Amino acid sequence: MAIASAASSASRAELPQPAPEPALEGHAINFFYGERHALNDVSFSIARGEIFGFLGPNGGGKTTLFKVLSTLVPCQAGTVRILGRDLRRERADIQRRMGVVFQHPSLDDKLTVAENLEHHGHLYGLRGSRLRARSAEMLARVGLSDRARDRVETLSGGLRRRTELAKALLHQPELLLLDEPSTGLDPGARREFNDYLAHLRRTDGVTIVLTTHYMEEAERCDRIAILNEGRMVAIAPPGELKERIGGDVVAVRSAGDPGTLMARIDAALAIKGTLVDGTIRIERQRGHELVRDLVEAFGDQIESVTFGKPTLEDVFVHLTGRRFFIEGTADSAGE
Amino acid sequence: MLLQIYTLWKREVVRFVRQRSRVTGAFLQPLVFWALLGVGFNASFRPAGTPGTVSYAEYFYPGVIALVLLFTAIFATISTIEDRKQGFLQGVLVAPIARTSIVMSQALGGTTLALMQGIIFLLLAPIAGVALSLSAVAATIVIMALVAFALTNLGLIIAWRIDSTQGFHAIMNLILLPIWMLSGAFFPAAGAPGWLAWVMRLNPMTYGMAALRESLYLAHPGSLGSLPDLTFSTVLTVAFALVTYLAAVRVASRAVAV
Repeated sequence: MAIASAASSASRAELPQPAPEPALEGHAINFFYGERHALNDVSFSIARGEIFGFLGPNGGGKTTLFKVLSTLVPCQAGTVRILGRDLRRERADIQRRMGVVFQHPSLDDKLTVAENLEHHGHLYGLRGSRLRARSAEMLARVGLSDRARDRVETLSGGLRRRTELAKALLHQPELLLLDEPSTGLDPGARREFNDYLAHLRRTDGVTIVLTTHYMEEAERCDRIAILNEGRMVAIAPPGELKERIGGDVVAVRSAGDPGTLMARIDAALAIKGTLVDGTIRIERQRGHELVRDLVEAFGDQIESVTFGKPTLEDVFVHLTGRRFFIEGTADSAGE
Repeated sequence: MLLQIYTLWKREVVRFVRQRSRVTGAFLQPLVFWALLGVGFNASFRPAGTPGTVSYAEYFYPGVIALVLLFTAIFATISTIEDRKQGFLQGVLVAPIARTSIVMSQALGGTTLALMQGIIFLLLAPIAGVALSLSAVAATIVIMALVAFALTNLGLIIAWRIDSTQGFHAIMNLILLPIWMLSGAFFPAAGAPGWLAWVMRLNPMTYGMAALRESLYLAHPGSLGSLPDLTFSTVLTVAFALVTYLAAVRVASRAVAV
């Protein structure tokens, strides 16, 4: 398998080729949990070698999509092609070529790191000296060689995630699928993990598809798809999405009733804002001038004004009219 | 496929051995049962339909072996629920392995653990007053394996459907323990009222229990009393093991990961 994939990537570089087949392609994917429409006509195409992120709030549908793509749940409606194979008819073939990293590591706590890798290798048909060599290599790559004989229950969250990654890469997958890979990691460990994914794509040409609700992680993807309430609302490189907003974002918190203030701003300055969770949001070129005008005109009615370049969170608000973090979870509120 | 089954089986066994409390619990609980109930009832009760030479403690001994198998099988299936909660099973479900192989590895894992415990308990036969021959030991081990395989699958049918160990305990008390109690392990069908005797006759475990008794007393069938024939019982036990396996595969194939 290694030889075949090396040969094909070499030929791709040298010869003009017809448009290469996408690594992952979904068309009109629908998924229902009983009455709840968890995925609503989701379609996308991910190129080989791409780092692609599905961004969305919890409950947006990205975990369901992950379950469909990873073969954990059947694809109820629509078509999915992974690495050129049909998800329904060529499931086992896809499973052999894909590595999956779960949000809650799929490791056995009572076994050592090396034993976990050994079992995983056996499930994918690796054995004997080849398995041992591959296992040692992967542990060295994720910096866990000295922990190989330790039980997983003695490892920290970050080290478990690395073990999970070593496990997912053991059988040399062409596609790596990760569900919320940086949940539970501190910012340093998260950056390190994302650095490693970028490195992996560079050196091995692995296509990386992840779900995330961290803006910072989404920023590092080549392209992202934004999911909201089961629908895909945008798919583009993060930079392009932010440019679509155009200009700056000014957010005003009113000292009194925000609706009244918004109407007054419209009357005085002819500027229409949108009200999101009690905050008036205005997207505009030369936002700093607006801040000055607002403070001069309504200084006594304003509690705070913030001004900034658009972030992916602003993109999300722009596209859906609602805030990204509804519950405002502690670890994500600061993003 | 064999490598996949082997590796998952090996994991079950290693996991069990590393959790010492599980090992001792599965063995000591039936031992305490036997000591208290067997000895306690010994003076007061004579099992109906057996020759007068058989004490209650002796009658109850094969029943306790079945209980050892049942408990170990139950513990093994509880680990299936834990695997689902801890995520290990997710990794297995996205691997290129058939559900038939997953269930087979779980069933064989449970069977192996139950058999190890059963064999230890078999060493107590002389204390119970059962004189064993080599052929009796061999036959008993084969029957124990069949019964354990069936019981593990029975547990798996339940474990693949539910996602909490509490739920499993409730169902265990409602289904698995009565299956054991009404198999002739605890009291013989001969003394039971008509309707209960019929329930016992319809209980597939009754034949596993009968086969277990008959293989234990292979050398002196005289001390058994009236039981279904050994060949018949063994055939029915094989069928029981097969049907429960297929049912477990069916449930596992439909089950969707949490």
